[in-house]
Amino acid sequence: MATIVSYTARPRRLTQALLLAFAVVIGVGAYALVGLGRFDEVPADLMQVGVGSAVLAAALQVVVMWRTPYADPVILPLVVLLNLLGIAMIKSVHAANEIYGLRTSASADRQMLWGIVGVVLCLVVLVLLRDHRRLRRYTWISAVVGGVLLLLPLVPVIGDSRNGSRIWINIAGNSFQPAELAKIAFAIFFAGYLVSRRDTLALAGPKVLGIHLPRWSDFGPILVAWGFAMAVLVFETDLGTSLMFFGLFVAMLYVATDRLSWLVIGAVMFLPPAVFAATQMSHVRTRLTCWLDPLSSDNYSSCEQINQGLFGLANGGITGAGLGEGRPDVVPHAESDFIFTSFAEELGMVGAFALLLLYLLLVQRAIRAAVGISDGFGTLLAGGLGFTLALQVFVVVGGVTRVIPLTGLTLPFLAAGGSSLVCNWIIVGILVRLSDAARRPAARQVEGLDAPAAPRPAPEVVS
Amino acid sequence: MSELTLVALRLGFVLALWIFVIVVVLVLRNDLFGTTVVTRSSRDPRRDQRPAAGPPGGAAAPAGADSGSARTDPEVTATAMVVTAGPLRGTSLTLGSTPILIGRAPECTLVLDDDYASNRHARVFQREGEWMVEDLGSTNGTLLSGRRIDGAVPFRPGAQVRIGRTEIELRRGPR
Repeated sequence: MATIVSYTARPRRLTQALLLAFAVVIGVGAYALVGLGRFDEVPADLMQVGVGSAVLAAALQVVVMWRTPYADPVILPLVVLLNLLGIAMIKSVHAANEIYGLRTSASADRQMLWGIVGVVLCLVVLVLLRDHRRLRRYTWISAVVGGVLLLLPLVPVIGDSRNGSRIWINIAGNSFQPAELAKIAFAIFFAGYLVSRRDTLALAGPKVLGIHLPRWSDFGPILVAWGFAMAVLVFETDLGTSLMFFGLFVAMLYVATDRLSWLVIGAVMFLPPAVFAATQMSHVRTRLTCWLDPLSSDNYSSCEQINQGLFGLANGGITGAGLGEGRPDVVPHAESDFIFTSFAEELGMVGAFALLLLYLLLVQRAIRAAVGISDGFGTLLAGGLGFTLALQVFVVVGGVTRVIPLTGLTLPFLAAGGSSLVCNWIIVGILVRLSDAARRPAARQVEGLDAPAAPRPAPEVVS
Repeated sequence: MSELTLVALRLGFVLALWIFVIVVVLVLRNDLFGTTVVTRSSRDPRRDQRPAAGPPGGAAAPAGADSGSARTDPEVTATAMVVTAGPLRGTSLTLGSTPILIGRAPECTLVLDDDYASNRHARVFQREGEWMVEDLGSTNGTLLSGRRIDGAVPFRPGAQVRIGRTEIELRRGPR
């Protein structure tokens, strides 16, 4: 006979406070070192940055203690550290551009402002979203909202095209990438949809060559998701966004059904559009050549960005040039698309690997929350959100290091860009809420919640 | 600022970054939670670390008492509900004063992924210090020790309740 042993998670709020303080110290230290490296003096606004970060970290700690006392203790420290490191690097690139005047880049102040907005939205999510299962009510609303957001850049007046991709909207001078918000909406929709359909998707259908094929009638949803991804690819000409949405759907299908066949089918279905993009779209074709052979004399000038990024990696070497000592400004978009090579140049391989480990730990915590949570909707949502983070890191870091062709996604929390930073902070708020649900001892799960979680009044007791 | 100080600061920064990563990993190493199923013969080395879960009422139950004699005692308070068979085998819920709803609906405390269970299948609750199990009008019924139950009946530690392919049992105290 088997014995069942249960380990209750401890809240570990003190651990989280100490880790948050540590993260703020490292992040603000990076900011100071950038100033020392570029101008040989401590930045004038170091005090404001330090106090501001400490206040925001304290606010996060207090709200987590109040609203999600059992939440994972390491998610928020990891994210705060990544955000602060990103700000320091954007400052470094901006300062280098000021000194050498090669190009202009986004300023760190703007990123700080977006960071504050992001933290505030994360706090709002934690305060308002008291039970993740409520999100399931908005399954179909999320689908509509996500679809509208995704297709918004195609609207003539507000849509905006940059670097060959039409994934921006422009409202009153502020640009925004609605696909980032659509990502959250679609994760909620997929989770709500798949949790009710997974039995038929997993069990029905013939078996061919050891692969469990689904029934034709179950192909509908994946075809719709595929169609949407294709629409994004064809009309917005952005392979990255299209890949992210289709990948999210296929990964969540796999989590829901535990059938490897969906991964195979998904990969096969993405091949034709990838081939189409590679042959028909000039900017995708350029990226493909730059992936395979960027350094030959024919391609050298057209692949300047990726080449300069590679030289940055080489300049960094093992231990790096030092914060504020490299020349990331020679790489176009060094503060957004190529921020990973900027880090690898200034912190070296040692620092770049530490960054990748921070991401790995963050994704691991999301997946751990998915495993620990007691309802299927929460599992799928946490798994899906964790997977999008992992996919973005893989696509961006793989792209700039020539593992895969370069596509236009952003590195979560590091890259300059308001929409990405704010939306990722919202995702973190949802993940913290999910990790709280996963770790909370079952008997206390009902405490402080109303209608949906608490057992409904018992039907008339028969006896 | 001298060059040497700057180099020292830089190395210190990378070192701090790695120390942060290592500290996080150490925190996670000490932060195991969830349930594990072990065969009774094997000793579990982590058994001593397990925190005492459950309400104070459970801790007051005769902890050192021999399980053979305690099993017949109806007064004893159960402190955990465990799933012993079915897809959720190994899941354990700490019992508090709140009722536990079992079924396929997502708002249930124990969400079953079982085609033979109803949306809101059964309820386990406390009445006058005794745990009861109640069938909530399910399609396929709730079996207590092999017999289909009607309404609320006492649910004693050791008795097995079957819902679809899932079997649940009450356990006294954390063991």
